[in-house]
Amino acid sequence: MQPARLIGTILTLGLAIGLAGCGQKTDTQEGTQVVRIGSVAPLTGPQAHIGKDNDNGARLAVEEINAQGLTLGGKKVRLELLSEDDQADPKTATIVAQKLVDAGVVAVIGHLNSGTTIPASKYYHDAGIPQISPSATAIAYTAQGYKNAYRVMANDEQQGRVLGQYAVQKLMARRIAIIDDRTAYGQGLADEFEKAARAAGAEIVTREYTNDRATDFTAILTAIKGKNPDLIFFGGMDPQAGPMAQQMKRLGLTARFLGGDGMQNANFLKLAGEGAEGAIASSPGLPLEAMPGGPDFKRKFEAKYGQIQIYAPYAYDAVMVLVDAMRRADSHEPARVLAELPKTDHQGVTGQIRFDAKGDIQGGAVTLYQVKGGAWQVLETVK
Amino acid sequence: MDIFVQQLINGLVLGSIYALVALGYTMVYGILELINFAHGEVTMMGAMVALTVIGLLLGLNPELSGLLVVLAGVLVAIPACMLLAFTIERVAYRPLRRAPRLAPLITAIGVSIVLQNAAMLIWGRQYVSFPQILPQQTYEVLGAHITSLQIFIVLLCMAVMAGLWLLVQKTRLGRAMRATAQSKEVAMLMGVDIDRVISATFVIGAALAAIAGVMVSAYYGLAHYYMGFMLGLKAFSAAVLGGIGNIAGAMLGGLLLGVIEALGAGYIGDLTGGFLGSHYQDVFAFFVLILVLVFRPSGLLGERVATRA
Repeated sequence: MQPARLIGTILTLGLAIGLAGCGQKTDTQEGTQVVRIGSVAPLTGPQAHIGKDNDNGARLAVEEINAQGLTLGGKKVRLELLSEDDQADPKTATIVAQKLVDAGVVAVIGHLNSGTTIPASKYYHDAGIPQISPSATAIAYTAQGYKNAYRVMANDEQQGRVLGQYAVQKLMARRIAIIDDRTAYGQGLADEFEKAARAAGAEIVTREYTNDRATDFTAILTAIKGKNPDLIFFGGMDPQAGPMAQQMKRLGLTARFLGGDGMQNANFLKLAGEGAEGAIASSPGLPLEAMPGGPDFKRKFEAKYGQIQIYAPYAYDAVMVLVDAMRRADSHEPARVLAELPKTDHQGVTGQIRFDAKGDIQGGAVTLYQVKGGAWQVLETVK
Repeated sequence: MDIFVQQLINGLVLGSIYALVALGYTMVYGILELINFAHGEVTMMGAMVALTVIGLLLGLNPELSGLLVVLAGVLVAIPACMLLAFTIERVAYRPLRRAPRLAPLITAIGVSIVLQNAAMLIWGRQYVSFPQILPQQTYEVLGAHITSLQIFIVLLCMAVMAGLWLLVQKTRLGRAMRATAQSKEVAMLMGVDIDRVISATFVIGAALAAIAGVMVSAYYGLAHYYMGFMLGLKAFSAAVLGGIGNIAGAMLGGLLLGVIEALGAGYIGDLTGGFLGSHYQDVFAFFVLILVLVFRPSGLLGERVATRA
């Protein structure tokens, strides 16, 4: 694995050097000022489908703003979205972060994963530009004390707590096994889940680990089978959760399968096949249909980019929150936009968006879903 | 007990697949002393081509028998991979046959990257799921679960490996391969068409890789453009563990690596009281590899070969 990463890094670095210096903060084109916003997500690799989804969500918002026309400080402004691929890799994330800073972006929407968002946030903080992550849920992201770091989704503390309580109180799980993929997201969510489940009185029979590129889980699942749990919790994404669910079925594991938002998507259903049935997963926020702007967004998005994976509405809202702050500041200057962001009170597609002092969303809801008849069905929404 | 048996079964299935891929590395190395890093990508191409065929057939008629559809996929994937490997050898390795050994090694890494990116362009970046059309009967052996697909994978790998052994030991082509492995120059003087033999080696290795690719994607239910990389690395390690250049060694190394990984992941946590978790499974497997190489530098079944001038 390392050589591939290394080669990837070298290539990205080469590209970064090649493109450096092309950027200036703003270009004036026939009286219209071009303002650049960065968008970062994994556009290649196993999570590319989710990454592209985020990127498209942000793009849709930018195109709408441009179509409406944006005027800041008396000047016509056209937004330009610079998309970068961080490959879900923390090292690459810092490289593209620097590249965006060098290209003079005034704000960044991203990254997708917590593991990439956290190391990259230092670069944006040092450059003094706002960062709004649509989907990074790790607590550590906003706990660094950076005044420029925001997110528009409930964090893992909220999600893990809901999942832990749900597992014990509603699913009556007494013996729980936990697997995580050792990423900031997977591990963070699993830690919060473990805390909540323990507090609610369940016994954690084992904690196993995998990584975000693995496809074979038979060994750890067999070890788990020996511990006889009634519920298995997985902190990670669908490329792992899918085969994992399938292998559970193959090994004759009858324990319930529970996970977070990383597996609550259509790809999990495809990859898990018959193994998906009965699996339960949470997702921050409301179900798309129940979002205030959900059905409308779905129609607009699908006309352009096809099926929504998960976070596209959040990426869309992140851009809208940013532009909202720009409008109030009447400027795209990062410092002035940052001064306005804490006062955000925006009616977005995903719900009412207000931030707390850390940059986390206030009162984020968490919804639980279960696979029934080969599709995700809403179980309940917990505030 | 049932857990231990289950871990052994897990390891054997995984190991059989490693062994099948490892054969491709070891055959090429035995003859050319070239580590063909593109071999993992050939495996991936096999899986992707087969999946495309399967998808097309199911698109035409979803009622077709799963077994036949997969068989058709394999039958298209094998010649496709053979052609690919033939082309790679012709374009990327043959012109460098007299170059220093580092040059073809770097070329191999280059070919591997080219193939990965080509696959990404053709099939996209997503995980492609393998339709669950194979009958999956589950049997219980000593309390452990084993599916018909797992049994099939192990049996098929054994059969293919036995066939390969026969080919190398009993046929004219096999004799030519062994002669070329010993000394290209002398083999050439004895009238062996070594270009043909080397091409044949690549092509046979690719056929095995195609089969392995389809098996892996059927077993895990998915395929993706970089799946060949880790698989190739593991299979290469298996070949080294068994003694690279040695066909029986590749089989032994593959099976051993699979079992070590499964047992490592299954028991390391309990054995160390939770100090080392299951995320150390690869560390554990490679630790065993290093240990073997310290005491037997040419691998378990490898023979010490005199350095060539």
